[in-house]
Amino acid sequence: MDVWLIAGILFKILVVVGISQGAVAYLILVERKIAAYAQDRIGPNRCGREVRLPFGLLQPIADGAKMLLKEDVIPSYVNKPLYILAPAIAIIAATIGFAVVPFGPVGPSAPTALGAPFQFQIAPGVDVGIVYVFAVGSLGVYAVVLAGWASNNKYAFLGGLRSSAQLISYEVPLGLSILGMVLIARSLDLNKIIEWQDRNVWGIFIQPIGFLLFLISSFAETNRLPFDLPESEQELVGGFHTEYSAMKFGMFFLGEYLNIITTSYLVVILFLGGWDLPFLNAGQTGWLPAFLKAFVLLGKVGAIVVFIMWVRWTLPRFRYDQLMDLAWKTMIPLAILNLVATAIVVQYAWGH
Amino acid sequence: MIALNYGFIAILLVLAIAFALLPLAIAGLIAPRRPSRDKNDIYECGLRTQGETWVRFRVQYYIVALLFVVFDIETVFLYPWAVSYGGLGTFALVEMVIFLLMLAVALVYAWAKGVLRWF
Repeated sequence: MDVWLIAGILFKILVVVGISQGAVAYLILVERKIAAYAQDRIGPNRCGREVRLPFGLLQPIADGAKMLLKEDVIPSYVNKPLYILAPAIAIIAATIGFAVVPFGPVGPSAPTALGAPFQFQIAPGVDVGIVYVFAVGSLGVYAVVLAGWASNNKYAFLGGLRSSAQLISYEVPLGLSILGMVLIARSLDLNKIIEWQDRNVWGIFIQPIGFLLFLISSFAETNRLPFDLPESEQELVGGFHTEYSAMKFGMFFLGEYLNIITTSYLVVILFLGGWDLPFLNAGQTGWLPAFLKAFVLLGKVGAIVVFIMWVRWTLPRFRYDQLMDLAWKTMIPLAILNLVATAIVVQYAWGH
Repeated sequence: MIALNYGFIAILLVLAIAFALLPLAIAGLIAPRRPSRDKNDIYECGLRTQGETWVRFRVQYYIVALLFVVFDIETVFLYPWAVSYGGLGTFALVEMVIFLLMLAVALVYAWAKGVLRWF
C-alpha cells in the first residue's frame, strides 16, 4: 500500500508539474499574441507553418530549444554560487507552491487501495492551506534579491533593492485581504473555502474589497505590470536579471509564469467560487462531474491569466513612491478596516 | 495522516529541486561556452562601470523591512484568530480590535515620521 501511495503521489506531481510547465510555455506564446493584438501587430506566426499549424503554435518549442542552446554567459565579476542559486530558487519556490492548491473537487471514490477518495491535489488535507501558499510564495523574494545582489551590476542591484521592498510591502495586504474570507469560511483549507462558497455565495460578492486588494497585491507579488518596477526596462535595462542569459534567464521567466498560475488559482478559489457554477455543486458525485469541475476551475483560471496579461498591455507603470504609497497608505489601512468590518458583521448581523 | 501530507510536500520539494537543477545541467552540457573579455564584462550599457556596485543604499529600505516584519507577524497572529473566531464571541472581537489599534498607531507613527515618503 505504501508503495502505491508513493507511486500515486509521484504520478500526481509529474502530471501537475508537466502540465504547468507546458502551460507556461504556451502562456508565453499567449502573452506575445495578446501583446501583438493590443499593439495592432500579428505576433509570432511562423513556427509550425511547415506542418500547417496556425498562430505559431510551435513557437514554445523553438523558444525552449533556443534557451537550452544559447551560450550561457557567466560574467566574471559575479558571485558565482549565489548567481546560479537565484534562478533555481525562483523555480523551486514557484513549484512547491502547487502542493496544496486543489485543481479540482474531492473525487468520488477510492480508485486505489488508498482508502481515501481521490483528490486533485498533491498534498490534500494540509489544513494550513493558504498560509503554506503564502509562506512558500514569499520565498520567491530570495530569488530576486540574490540575483540582484550576486550580479555585481548596478542596474541589477537597484532592481533587487526595489523589488525586495515592493514584494515585502505587498505581502502584508496580500495576507490581510484574505482574512475576511477565512473569517467567514472558518477554515484555511482551500477545499473547505470552495465548499463554503458552493453552499452560500461566491467570495467576490461578500468580500469585494478583499477581492480587489488581493488581486492588486497579487499583481505586485508576481512582478507584473503595472508593478514591474524590479525589471522596468526603460530605467534599469532588465532589473535583477540584467546579467542573466540563456537558460538561467528562462528559469526566471518560468518561475514568474508559474507564480502567475498559482496566483490565478488562488484568486479563483478564494473569491470566484473555485469549481462552483450554478449548475455544478457539491451534491453531484461521480467521475464525470469531478472532471467537469476541474475543467471549470481551469477555465476560470485561464480567464484570470488572460486578464492579467490584458492589464499588462493596458496600464502604464507606477512610479516608485506611488507604488509604496499605494501599499502602505491605502491598501494596508483598507485591509485592516475591511477585516474589522467583516468581524463585526459576522459577529452581530449573522449571529454565529 | 497529517504527517503523511507533509511528507507529500517533502517529496514535491525534492522533485522541485531536481526540476530546477535539470535545465541547468542540460544547458551546462549542450550550451556553447566561448568566454571573452568583453562578453564577461559587467553589462552597464557599454559604459565603463564607475566605482563599487555594492554601495551604501537608502536606509529607508531597511526601515520598511522592519515595518514589514511587524505587520507580517501581525497577519500570522490573525490567521488562527480568524479561523476560530466563530466560537469566541464579543471578547475576541474587542481583543483583536485593541491589537489592531496598537498596530495602527505604529503605522501612523511611521507615516508621521516620514518613513513612507519616497522622494
